Amino acid sequence: MMSGTLVEISQLSKQYTLSGGFFSAQKRIIHAVNHIDLQIFKGETLGVVGESGCGKSTLARLMTRLEKPTGGSINFKGENIFSYSGEALKSYRRGVQIIFQDTYSSLNPRKTAFSMIQEPLTIHRLGIRSEREERALDIMERVGLKKEQAHRYPHEFSGGQRQRIGIARALVLNPELIIADEPVSSLDVSIQAQILNLIKDLKRDFNLTYLFISHDLNVIRYISDRVAVMYLGKIVELSSNENIYNRPLHPYTRMLLDAVPSCDPRERGRGIKMKGEVGFAEGQGCSFQPRCPYRAEICKHEPPLKQIDEQSFCACHMAGTI
Amino acid sequence: MQTPLLEIKDLVTVFNTARGRIKAVDGVSLQVHSGETLGIVGESGCGKTMLALSIMRLVPGDGRIANGEIIFSGQNLLTLSEEDMRARRGSEISMIFQEPMTSLNPVLRIGEQIAEAIRLHRNLPAKKALELSVDLLREVGIPDPQKRVRDYPHNLSGGMRQRVMIAMAMSCHPKLLLADEPTTALDVTIQAQILDLISSLKQKNNMAVIFITHDLGVIAQNAQKVAVMYAGKIVESAPVEALFAKPLHPYTEGLLESIPAVCAASGRKGEYLKTIPGTVPGLYDLTAGCRFQDRCPYAFADCQSKEPALAEIETGHFVSCWKYDGKNSLRE
Repeated sequence: MMSGTLVEISQLSKQYTLSGGFFSAQKRIIHAVNHIDLQIFKGETLGVVGESGCGKSTLARLMTRLEKPTGGSINFKGENIFSYSGEALKSYRRGVQIIFQDTYSSLNPRKTAFSMIQEPLTIHRLGIRSEREERALDIMERVGLKKEQAHRYPHEFSGGQRQRIGIARALVLNPELIIADEPVSSLDVSIQAQILNLIKDLKRDFNLTYLFISHDLNVIRYISDRVAVMYLGKIVELSSNENIYNRPLHPYTRMLLDAVPSCDPRERGRGIKMKGEVGFAEGQGCSFQPRCPYRAEICKHEPPLKQIDEQSFCACHMAGTI
Repeated sequence: MQTPLLEIKDLVTVFNTARGRIKAVDGVSLQVHSGETLGIVGESGCGKTMLALSIMRLVPGDGRIANGEIIFSGQNLLTLSEEDMRARRGSEISMIFQEPMTSLNPVLRIGEQIAEAIRLHRNLPAKKALELSVDLLREVGIPDPQKRVRDYPHNLSGGMRQRVMIAMAMSCHPKLLLADEPTTALDVTIQAQILDLISSLKQKNNMAVIFITHDLGVIAQNAQKVAVMYAGKIVESAPVEALFAKPLHPYTEGLLESIPAVCAASGRKGEYLKTIPGTVPGLYDLTAGCRFQDRCPYAFADCQSKEPALAEIETGHFVSCWKYDGKNSLRE
């Protein structure tokens, strides 16, 4: 299934500068994405999980070239995407599509489902009109929308159906890579399951690769082949789904897993509770140390993301010993 | 058995809309005892928030309570004057909401906002009330409370704002706390902290809690009793262990099986999630019979004509479904 590297992210950084307010000259630099190295293999679903502010959406925006990085590169099939312009950029955007979380704000309220799904084909001048229409209707049906619904507007659909429109719109250009940024987070659990199954099906039928971003560890566990855990702009652990959930190495991954309320009432009160909140990384060393129960002297030096075994990478000095 | 702190009997809350009259809460009965957490779970639009607002007598807009009794500490809240009700709101019954930013006043310091509730309900001078609000902030785990009382809501993180809301709700030692999705907007590690806080405050004050959420995991870890709502009605209610060990209503069953974690735990990893087909029906176009019939994998002849009543199938375990009436399924 997996063959070769589709995307190679190296030393990718994105900083934002916050001014301290009108009367203040003080500026603060936020490292939304901080020297990330990551590979996405063809045919896999790479899950990215982390709490709000960890930089996962910035990563998605960089991947789609909606933002320019302040450092590093993203190579797609061997070419740096930030060197693209004109036709090359257009072709990249055809190959890489995004699905958003909020189906209200990502769909145009004044356009019908059909016109939104067929619009990318018009923009990219693919086929003649009748072919475009046929393709759009095919995709609509494939994602579970009925032909009769083609000329309805977003408000006439339920949340789950609107997300199906979002998926159809991404799929219509036959992309290789789909970036899904919290695609099921605003849906009810029974609808969420329908959409997750659809996403899984489409991957197989269309030979897709996914970068799947979510804060929900249950969803990531269900959908991903490999999982990257992010904390304050950095990847702190990267491994196979199996390893992350059964043998987590980084203390942050462990506590994140422990914090998910289990659906078994008999499992009350287990696990280590994490203290504190996500802050800004201040000073030197590991950015997780203010919340870490295993903090030691060595943590004043920043731990690199180092390879632990064949599949696992972890950025913690204590990995393997705790 | 002690008398319940809150007993709701056959509550109906209706809304008159341009498209006709709908019942957002349709014949709900439930009981909560002091020191107990009742979890109410359901998908969006099932009426769980309207139920909470009905208990507070804060049904918005065109809505009104059309029928039923809400007996709190031996008194029917629905017969109280508005003035008497106001005296109970915030003091004996408190409520916390999902999004603390919209429930806090952005232009008042948080200390003043907490002190306001104390002054109004406990008749204390302003200075004393402000001192108490510092204590309350300390109690809900806000570091450096002396300094924090002077902060505005926008200075605080989401988790801290929710702590402020809880401090405010706790300011008059309520007997009943209504928590409407209090952790839904929070990150999972912060959610765990807030849930711990609510549960320790509950124990300390022997308070009753009605915990509304769509997250079955949160219910499993925090509630003693659970009520599952669907389209305005309670379709199943049981002690928490019984509900998760053996869900009786087809809707509850489907809901549990749609959770990726439950799927993984039951060794079905890599397979498809079970789903409930279709969507929650609109309250405008409810047909005769059971509200879940269109999505139900069982469906019996009676489902189309008669609405099943909530019946006790096992001790303490109530369900409204014809499946337990000895009939044969139409779909098997």
